[in-house]
Amino acid sequence: MTKQTFRSFASVLAVSASLFGTQVFAKSDITIALQLEPPHLDPTSAAAQAIDSVVYTNIFEGLTRFMGDGSVVPGLAESWEISEDGKVYTFKLHDGVTFHDGSTMDAEDVKFSLDRARSEDSANAQKALFAGIENIEVVDPLTVKVTLSEPNGNFLFNLAWGDAVIVAPESIEGIKTNPVGTGAFTFGEWVQGDSITLNRNPDYWGNQPELETATFKFISDPTAAFAAMMAEDIDVFDNFPAPENLPQFEADPRFQVLVGSTEGETILSTNNKMPPFDDIQVRQALAHAIDRQAIIDGAMFGYGTPIGTHFAPHNPAYVDLTGNSAYDPKKAAKMLADAGYAEGFETTLHLPPPSYARRGGEIVAAQLAEVGITANIINVEWAQWLESVFKGKDFGLTIVSHTEPMDIGIYARPDYYFQYDSTDFQALMDTLNSTTDPEERTRLMGEAQRLISSDFVNGYLFQLAKLGVAKAGVQGLWENAPTAAIDLTQISWSE
Amino acid sequence: MLRYALKRLISLVISLAVASVVIFAVIEVAPGDPASFMLGVNAQEDTLAALRAELGLDVSKLQRYFNWVGGMMVGDFGTSYTYRTPVSQMIADRLWVSLPLALYALTLSTAIAFPVGIYAAARRGKPGDLTVMGATQLGIAVPNFWFAMMLVLIFAINLRWFNAGGFAGWDKGLWAGLHSLTLPAIALAWPQAAILARVMRSSLLDILGEDFMRTARAKGLSRRQALWRHGVRNALIPVLTIIGLQFSFLLAGSIIIEQVFYLPGLGRLVFQAISARDLIVVESVVMLLVFAVITVNFLVDLAYAAVDPRLRSRT
Repeated sequence: MTKQTFRSFASVLAVSASLFGTQVFAKSDITIALQLEPPHLDPTSAAAQAIDSVVYTNIFEGLTRFMGDGSVVPGLAESWEISEDGKVYTFKLHDGVTFHDGSTMDAEDVKFSLDRARSEDSANAQKALFAGIENIEVVDPLTVKVTLSEPNGNFLFNLAWGDAVIVAPESIEGIKTNPVGTGAFTFGEWVQGDSITLNRNPDYWGNQPELETATFKFISDPTAAFAAMMAEDIDVFDNFPAPENLPQFEADPRFQVLVGSTEGETILSTNNKMPPFDDIQVRQALAHAIDRQAIIDGAMFGYGTPIGTHFAPHNPAYVDLTGNSAYDPKKAAKMLADAGYAEGFETTLHLPPPSYARRGGEIVAAQLAEVGITANIINVEWAQWLESVFKGKDFGLTIVSHTEPMDIGIYARPDYYFQYDSTDFQALMDTLNSTTDPEERTRLMGEAQRLISSDFVNGYLFQLAKLGVAKAGVQGLWENAPTAAIDLTQISWSE
Repeated sequence: MLRYALKRLISLVISLAVASVVIFAVIEVAPGDPASFMLGVNAQEDTLAALRAELGLDVSKLQRYFNWVGGMMVGDFGTSYTYRTPVSQMIADRLWVSLPLALYALTLSTAIAFPVGIYAAARRGKPGDLTVMGATQLGIAVPNFWFAMMLVLIFAINLRWFNAGGFAGWDKGLWAGLHSLTLPAIALAWPQAAILARVMRSSLLDILGEDFMRTARAKGLSRRQALWRHGVRNALIPVLTIIGLQFSFLLAGSIIIEQVFYLPGLGRLVFQAISARDLIVVESVVMLLVFAVITVNFLVDLAYAAVDPRLRSRT
């Protein structure tokens, strides 16, 4: 291009830009930032949430799926029937579904995926989801019959997890770097350390999404996240790491702030087997020594909902039990004295890297000091936390957000790291699991919440908020996070 | 000369061997199981065992050390635990960002430091010199990540001349690549330039007092001619040493700047790998950096010996 033609070309561009500046061409690409980069793209063999953020419902789909409000709706299964005894699920699959490599998705693929997840050498991080499956039978190419050893009221919910998506045996080899699913988006390119690009799948069986391409960028540093958003380099920040900057985005008409809820119950986990925490009086004292609102304000800049038990407040079955462990330092001190710790005691407080733990931990330690408990803070990396706290159970207290949806069942596992061993609770969970009647389930879940709350198993702090920042024109983002996901099929630009 | 080079080479090999043992030991001793990190809190014991076997973590540490070293000798750095891609491939990809960034920063710092240093030396004690000294003092004192944030605030958020971070990729063209490396390079170059300018200045001032400078003036050269023709060239020796050191620093030490600008470079790779307990990646990258630094030193030693024959007999 000569200089002359370039100049005229540029002026044409300038003119057309001014002419059509107000005209609307709905944008069809989007750049979304995540704090962490996925290690690979196989949701069925790792726990990293970043994997689900990129691939869930976009590349891979399961028989059922979560919607943004947490409900479970049909996915690749068009419909299903449940036998009288609640043990046999017969799934009818959508017709005409193909994988991105062109092969047909049928009942054999469903059997393969579920068998793979529950097999002996399975690398599935949530293998327990599939533990109740006794047999999977291919009835015809579009019908699968799953038989459970016992009725499981959670089964359809479990199948909606990213760990339960349907994969194909033909493409399983390269799934980690070249994922082939059935979703509305195909895998484009991965520049490791920088970005992942997905493209619209023209052969998608469902409704065509409005977006043509989506790019995920990885920005872990909170300051860099702020800068990238302000410079408008990115359109959406999925879970914005710097809550202190949110008021600035709220005041700026270029942006919108989405404050929702996650599935993360943030708790002061307590080693129930380690003295003095094996004494329920001490645990109760601990609960009364904590001022939840001060922690939410101080550590999370006011974002977060106080909880009084291990259950998400947005769940219809939630019972508000915060009053059970209301902030009352005098009562706490008295209870400690009654338990024989008038002089207080010393313990450890292990804090993993997220700011809810590191900042929250400082406040918790200060609050505990008020009633005479000296909590020595030990900052740990996640890998260390898993090793020493989670596996080694070598801790007094720790702060952690349990982000798995509907995970109250962990209290029925006596060897789980906080080591709550209650036969009542275990029996309750057994009943819950075998109950399919929704009303009865709600009642049982309420009972379970009350039980762990009145046993003061852990200090219940707050439900972790989901703080999204996006450009003003972006629509269809999930406000809440029933699971880690960025559902691109719902996202569009307003005109 | 050959004897000297051989001696240096032997010490290089010993250094590398010692470094490999230290790196492996330090990284392996730190607690944290890569498999449980990857599979999270709900993983079952048999799943963890399966993954450990898959990653080759179920053999003894000694054997793993020899596997690792043996592999590196033939250019095989192993396979990343988390990414499941060959480490050598990952390092190569990241070097395409880190190496140009280091070179870019080095070029900038040299381009700034030389004229500034010479200018200050030529005006010793005058206001120009004092300004330079003050400014470079500031340049050394200001942490580069803070400076980086200021650059982003001004040039990315307010002026919109640059992106706030990220790397466009070389496949988008040389200009796009350089453009996205410009702010990080300036942030990296700034303190280096300050140091270099001061070294340049003091080195020049030392030279200016030498007999041969007086001789140059005596044979009729002007102050400026003497400075350029004889001064600068001789003052370069210590400056080059600093540049050599700075290059290894820039290559290995840009972790923070890569975080601030979310660049997919080596520093960020190490950072991610450490938190993910991707031991093999950490070990291999650190080893590679050690190798680079030791090799640069080796070459510098050889260069000295070539320039200054006295060094050969001294060691």
